[in-house]
This record gives sequence, structure tokens and C-alpha cells, in this order.
Amino acid sequence: MPISEDEVRRIARLARLGLEPAEFSALTAELNGILERVERLRAIDVEGVEPLAHVGGLHTVWREDVPRPGLAREAALAGAPDAHEGYFRVPRVVAHEEEEEA
Amino acid sequence: MNLHELTAHEVRNRVARREVSAEEVARAFLERRDAVEERLQAFITPLDAEAVLSQARAVDEALARGESAGLLCGVPVAVKDNICTAGLRTTCASRLLADWVPPYDATVVRRLRRAGAVIVGKTNMDEFAMGSSTENSAFFPTRNPWDPRRVPGGSSGGSAAAVAAGAAALALGSDTGGSIRQPAALCGVVGLKPTYGRVSRYGLVAFASSLDQIGPLARDVTDAALALAVIAGRDPLDATSAPEPPGDYLAALERGVRGLRIGAPREMFEAEGVDPAVRDLTVAALETLAELGAAVEECRLPTATAGLDAYYIVAPAEASSNLARYDGVRYGLRVPGADIVEMFERTRGRGFGPEVRRRIMLGTFALSAGYYDAYYRRAQQVRARIRREFEEAFERFDLLASPTSPTVAFPLGERTADPLAMYASDICTVTANLAGIPAISLPCGFEGGLPAGLQLMAPPFQEERLLAAAAAYERATGWHRRRPPLGLIASAGEGGA
Amino acid sequence: MSRTEATTQFETVIGLEVHVELSTETKMFCACRVTFGEPPNTHVCPVCLGLPGALPVPNRRAVEFAVRAALALHCEIAPVTKFDRKNYHYPDLPKGYQISQYDRPLGTGGYLDVPLPEGGVRRVRIRRLHLEEDAGKSLHDPRLGTLVDLNRAGVPLIEIVSEPDLRSPEEARAYLQELRNVMLYAGVSDVKMEEGSLRCDANISIRPAGSREFGALVEIKNMNSFRSVKQALEYEAERQRALVLSGERVERETRHWNERAGRTTPSRSKEEAHDYRYFPDPDLVPLRIDAEWVESIRRSLPELPAQRRARYEGLGLSAYDAAVLVDERPLADFFDACLALGADAKQAANWLMVELQGLLNEKGRELSATRLTPEGLVALLRLIEEGTITGRIAKEIFPEMVESGADPRSLVEARGLSQIADREELLRVVREVLAQHPAAVEDYRKGKTNALGFLVGQVMKATRGRANPGLANELVRRVLEE
Repeated sequence: MPISEDEVRRIARLARLGLEPAEFSALTAELNGILERVERLRAIDVEGVEPLAHVGGLHTVWREDVPRPGLAREAALAGAPDAHEGYFRVPRVVAHEEEEEA
Repeated sequence: MNLHELTAHEVRNRVARREVSAEEVARAFLERRDAVEERLQAFITPLDAEAVLSQARAVDEALARGESAGLLCGVPVAVKDNICTAGLRTTCASRLLADWVPPYDATVVRRLRRAGAVIVGKTNMDEFAMGSSTENSAFFPTRNPWDPRRVPGGSSGGSAAAVAAGAAALALGSDTGGSIRQPAALCGVVGLKPTYGRVSRYGLVAFASSLDQIGPLARDVTDAALALAVIAGRDPLDATSAPEPPGDYLAALERGVRGLRIGAPREMFEAEGVDPAVRDLTVAALETLAELGAAVEECRLPTATAGLDAYYIVAPAEASSNLARYDGVRYGLRVPGADIVEMFERTRGRGFGPEVRRRIMLGTFALSAGYYDAYYRRAQQVRARIRREFEEAFERFDLLASPTSPTVAFPLGERTADPLAMYASDICTVTANLAGIPAISLPCGFEGGLPAGLQLMAPPFQEERLLAAAAAYERATGWHRRRPPLGLIASAGEGGA
Repeated sequence: MSRTEATTQFETVIGLEVHVELSTETKMFCACRVTFGEPPNTHVCPVCLGLPGALPVPNRRAVEFAVRAALALHCEIAPVTKFDRKNYHYPDLPKGYQISQYDRPLGTGGYLDVPLPEGGVRRVRIRRLHLEEDAGKSLHDPRLGTLVDLNRAGVPLIEIVSEPDLRSPEEARAYLQELRNVMLYAGVSDVKMEEGSLRCDANISIRPAGSREFGALVEIKNMNSFRSVKQALEYEAERQRALVLSGERVERETRHWNERAGRTTPSRSKEEAHDYRYFPDPDLVPLRIDAEWVESIRRSLPELPAQRRARYEGLGLSAYDAAVLVDERPLADFFDACLALGADAKQAANWLMVELQGLLNEKGRELSATRLTPEGLVALLRLIEEGTITGRIAKEIFPEMVESGADPRSLVEARGLSQIADREELLRVVREVLAQHPAAVEDYRKGKTNALGFLVGQVMKATRGRANPGLANELVRRVLEE
């Protein structure tokens, strides 16, 4: 088994996926099924092979530093589940004793 | 002949010559779309009649003013629902984006509009393009026009079904591991995945950025060439889009296959799960190509079948990152929580369907500390090997050929409980995405009344060669002229699984 | 052993991670303007909002600025570099990942020579310099919740990571000051800590003096000013010393500087150990940094702070004065403009650092907010040099020049402030003054020579400071001796 149920819980937290407690055992089994299949990758000799991240072979694609109009604020906020005076709003994040106050 | 039975290039030519108005065409396709839609459910958002007709009237007015006719003038086009359309809901078949209206058009959509296309709706798909049957849509499954008890393939199943049934003359899909070609094969239409970078991805909601490409689903090879001519080309908004000038895809259609060397990789014919009947149809197609003057020969791609394994690491890894933005802050679904972490977790846990969650988990795992080298890095190394094998094969061959899908359309529900069985649908198609090469699927016969697809693959930016061979094959066989039986569509809706 | 003895046996080891916002027109990966202080979410687009389907395209000028900054810090420039994704969730991080550079940073292996307050220079090695995009801003309100503004999201940043070569909080402050100067002189950033265009995190540990090992590393965040960097690190070094002396262990952790309380506190984040899952960004292709381009950027680098300080010292300024001028770039540029107009270096420096700075400090203003011009100051110096006005008169009219930009010659003429250097004229005044102060004259003649000073002072007063002091002295003495 490449991955334990505890490990699956840790990965779910990392991915910010809230799963029902009952889901974990089935998901663990499914992930192990997939991971056992992809174990076959280990049989392939890749000694010294540079990983392929981009197939296009392009490099150094960039743009000039010229401003262009973006979205109007109403359009930017149009899809927001919650907005307040031009801001996106979420439940208060408290990470430290002292935070920048609005 | 009904207008909705016309191909895209036929529509275009008649509208351009003003033999028929774009509005008349649009009315015919709307009528057809609405007649078949209840049974097929190919569209997540069918545009209402007025929205379609006003586009068509604008085309007619432009022609009346003497403006030159665009390559797709008056052609009714369906767009997969992961391609952004300004002011028109784009859901990716996900609860998370069920009400999301993009404030911008994808580059391909801008190009469609400029070419005079008339958008008739946004098509159903597997959620975030993850799946091979369109059953992973958060809303409803789409049915195969050839047999409504069966899947249309996926993830561009809505686009394939819409074109096969005549609800649109042409459609755009996206292909990450076979998501254009496999549904094209299962619905008996032509599906083209261009070279990586040939078509701008700007505005395509990302699944796996290094693999995704937009391409057409069409009734014949000419229509696929026409659509490619419209959407291909460098886009300054996509840093991965290719600077190579597009080819003359329509001229290429007449070139034929004589003298082309076609390799048939044994690994793809003998891969696990390839139905012998499908294999026989593909072999017969190769014989036809040989009769047309191609030199066909078996070849080897030793690492090809490991492509599926590499794909099921690389694609989820990229997806886990690409889908991190769906957090309920700026757009889309939000499920409230006591604090921000709980809000994130509930939004994502409930907003994504099971397959998307599975792949996010798999991808997060493959990138996480301690596993990266064993999974993600190794998969990218295997990917490099696969590309090298393709490069070597293309030193000897002009094209490679294989079955598109190992089977014909399977019954709804057959593979939903077994992810690995579903993933196996992609065995012959994923390698083209991993290597970034163009590939096309075209109808090559029927098994039990269901279409099968022949896949042709070419070196990067050789879409013209691909289209030339495909057009020659199509002219010689005429499989593409078969249409799903109308009576079946009209009466067999209750026969769903 | 006493507490103080023990303290001296520890060495503090500090490394800094500094983020500098580049002053490009547009953001790192989209064409939205880089702004500060604009209404929230008014400089955003599909790319920096992280909308589905939007794609990043790098800003060439941001890369150029990063190369420029790296060269100013003597870094090696990578011939091929790339962008990676750093994955984590936060409400003001729109894509759920930050585009950054992981294993192939743009610059590596540089150094910065930091002038130390007690004199001398500490060479601090630069481990790496890389390009990345900024996140948005969150305002945390107890009633309203967290409010997110994405105007800043996507602004180009460079992160500059030093080796742990700093040995005291004061050195850390000096390093930051010099790094700020270099970025400012290189022209890549306005480096305003109060606007967040310069941000600093620190790694700090202590170890027994002479040890080569490092103690447990503590990361300090939220230091928002040069002063707070020094204070936070002083507090933290002392905290760690106290822990070790009482036999406790220093935990490896991230701590937060609480400015109000004047102490560091453990970050309350319940986040599991960070696992950022870096991988190459598939939306962005590698960058090849052309060697000739790098050389042309190197050639275009202006004089950097260290060079400028050396030049000033060569002009006869003290090391201290040179440093003060260079630390305040507008002042140094003003000074250079005066030199170009032919001013005497020491005189000009003196006027800028004493008279001008005094005025600015008094009024809490910036040089740029005054009307003073280099031409004006040089004209003033010339009036003194020619003997047209006395130093005292010069100081009198200087505030008005600063305020209104008035030409000193016109001021002097309009108000009749020119020096009285005419012997006959001044002699008349001297005789009048002496006649008015017979007692002082008597004192002098009795041998109380300090009465001379009093009488000269009375002459200056009578002329409202316009008398040439030397001549006044001479004439008073002559008349007394008559």
C-alpha cells in the first residue's frame, strides 16, 4: 500500500478538500489502486533523462511593460460570493495576535 | 435535404454566396437542436433562440453591407463549457462554477466570432474535463446519438454528440488525454487535437496546462480543417502558444496519402483492453490507406503504454494546482464555514465531484514532499522518453496510426465505479498529449451499429499532413456520411441505462 | 558566572530574506498598472484575479530590473531560468499558488559590502535573488471579517536571501539600509518600507562564541520598519539567550514581531509543516538570459552607493558625512548637482547636512517638497565666498530660499543685506558705537581686553550683521588705540 489512510487525511488538508469521515477509507483504496498501477513507471529506465516539463521547446516568451485597461471593479466583483465596499470579503482570518486592522 | 444536415463548409459556402441566409441556417439548427436535446442532453447552456438568431442576423447584415465572408460565416458552432464566453455562463460542468459568467472571451471564441460563426450553446462535459464518458458532469450525463443507452465518450461528449446529431455544424472541444478524439470516435465524427501550442489556451479553463489543447469536432475532415484555420495561430496572451505560422489546412486536403509512410505501433494495437473488433476495423483502415498509396508498416513504441501511467500522475499534479483557485473567495460557489480554512474545505469538498476530488488528491500526493521524485519527476522523465520514441519513429514514418479508443461506446454506468477501467479508455490517445503532437480521429467503420475511430498522429506542426491523409481516407470510405438513425433518437430516449 | 559574562559568550547569527517590489509600469504577468493607495480592486484583470482560463505572460522589464538588481549585488546571472508554482491557500492569493522561482533562481552567489556604524565594512554573501509575484492585501476587521484587495496581486517582487553572515541586530539594520540604497540607486524600486515596497523577514539563532554550529533557527516576520527590524532582533536574541541560560531549548519556529507589545510571539498558524509542492509552471516557458543583454545592463548600471561614498570621501568629506549624504539619495543627488555647478564640496555638504537637514527635520518635510534649487544654494555659497554677505546673513535668508525658491542675490539686493566692507562707512559706525559705550572703552583702556569683543558685537548689531567681522574687529581696535 503506497499510501495510508492517515496520509490521505494529511493530503486532503493540504489540498483544502473537506471530505466526510466515511469517505476516507474508500478514497484510500481507490488511490492505492491507481498508485499501484502507476508503480509500473518504476520499471522504466529513466537514468539520466531530463524531465520534460514543456513540450513546445519555446523559451523567453514575454511582453513589453505597457499598461492596458483591466476590468471595471463591478465586473471584477460581479461573481464574488461576498463583497464589501469594493473588497472581496471572507470570514476573518486570524493568524497572529496583532494584525493589520481595517 | 434539411439545412441541419449540411456540413460546416457547405453552410459557409451557401451563406457566403447568399444562397441561404445565416438566419435560415440558424433556425434550422435550432429546430434540430431542440428536437434532439431532450434525449441527448448535449448542452449545459443551449442559447435561447433570440440570442442565436441575433448573431445570425448580424452575419447576414455584414454580408449585405458587402463585408467579406468569414471562414465560418453563418456556421452554427457549439462550444465546450470549459471555454470562456463573455456574458455567457461557463460552468465546466461543475457545481463550483454553476453560475459563473466570465467577463471575457477565450481567444478561440474571439476568433470564432470574427470568422462569422454563430454560437448555439455550451456543451456538456466531464467536470473540469476529467473523465472519458461525460458521466462526471455535475448536472446530467449526455447520451450517445447512436444509442442513447450508451455514453458519448468524454470529456467533450456534449460537443461530439451535438455534432453527430446535427444540433451544431461544428463544435469546439478540449483534449488533455483524448478528450476530443475519444468522444469523436464514439460518436462517429472527426476530432482533431492540434500540436501543443498551435491553438491558444487563453480562456480555456485549465485542467492540465502542459497537455491541454483546444480543437474541433466536425462532421468531416474538411470542416475540421476549416475550424483549425480559424482558431490556429500565435496568441500573445498565451506564453505557450507557438510562433510557427499556421499551415494552409484547406489546400492540404487535396494532397492525398500516396507515398506517405505510415507506422502502426504494435503496442497500441495490442494494449490491454483493445477490443478485437475495433482492432480489426483499424487494421482494415490501414489496408485502405495502403490501397490509396501509403506504405504501411508495423513499428514499435516500447514506452507508449506506460504513457497512461505517466499521464495519470502528470495530469492530476497539474490539475491539483490549477484547481486550487476554486476557493469561494472571488467567484463561484462558496459553502460558509466557521473560519477561512473550514470555508475553503467545505467549498472545495462539496463543490467538486468525486472524480475531481480523486484527481486533486492524487496530484497533491504526487507533488508533496517526499513523493515528488518518485512520482511527478519520474513521470516527466517517462514523458521525455515517450517523446524521444516518437521523434525516432517520425524519422522513419510520416504518420503513425492506431485505434482511437480501445472499444466502441460503452453503456452508461458501466465504468463509473471503477476509475481504472475508465482511465483505460485513454490508452491510445494520451501519448499524443504527452509528446505534444497533433492527432486526429476519424470514423473507420461500425461494430454492432456503433462507430469506431481511426487515430492518425503526426510530428509537431504537421497538421496538414494529418489532414491530407485523413481526407483521402474519408473520400475513399465515406464512413463519415453515415448519420445516427433519426428514429432511434426520437423514440429510444426511455432506453437509458 | 554573572549574567552579563554569559551574554558575552554568545554570538548572534542572522540572515535576512528581503522582498523588494519592482517599480515597473505593469504587473509581473499581466498588463494591469502597478499602483499604491488606489481604491480596492480597481487595477485588476482576469489574470491577476486568477479567473478560470486566464494565463500569465512575463513582463520583460521586470526581468530586466531583476537582472539589474542581481548585478548590483554582484550575483551570477543564470543563463537559463524558469518559473515554478508555490502552492498554498490564502484568501489574497488568487490562484491558490504563487508564481515564483524554486531551483533555478535568476541570481546566485552575490555579496553586499555593508558599512558598519562602528566603522569598517562587513561583506554579506547573497545566497540567491529570484523573481516572483506579490499577493493581494488583506485587512482583518473584527466585525467585518477579512477584506481582500487584489490591486497588489501580481506586482513584481524580487526576493533577496542573504547567507547567515550578520552578527548583530545593528548589522542587520545596516545591511537592510545598504540593500535599500543599492536598490534605489540601481533604479529598480522605490523601496519604501512604509508602503510595503521593501519587506523583511529574518532568520536568527544564537550560538556559543567561536562555535561553527548554528543554533535552532527562528524566523521572525512582520517587521515593518528599520527600527522594528533592530528592535525585534534585539528582543529575539535576548529571548534566546535567556532560554539557553536557563537550560531550556530554543524551538525552531516562526515568530511574529508584535510592535505594540515590543516582543515576538509564536505564529498561531495551525498549518501543518509547509509543503509548498513546488513544480515548474506549465503556463510559462523557460527564460534564456542573453549574455550580451546582461552585459548591456551591467554597463548601464549607475554609480552605486559604495562608489558614491568613496567619491565623496575623495572630495574631502568624512566617512560619516559621505554615508549620511548617500543614505538620503535626493540629498546626494542635490549635492552632486551643486558640485556640477562648481560648488566647494565641503561647503555644500555642510550647508545640506546642517542647515537644510535642520530645517527639514524641524518641519518634517522632504527635500522634494521644498523650492530650494542647486543653483540657489551655489549662488548663496558664492555670495559668502565673494564676501558679499556674511555667513550670518546667509543663514538668515536661507529659510526663505527653501520656502520660496528665491534667488539669494535678489534677496540680498532688495533688502540691502550686502556686507559693509567699506572702511570709511564702517569707521563711522565704529566711532558712533564707541561713543555710545564709554564705560566699555574705559574698561578696554584699563586692560580688560574682553571689552573688545563686546564692542565688536555692538558694531555687528548696529549693522544688523552686515559688517565684515574681520574689518569690524580691526577698526574697533584701531579706534581704541587712537
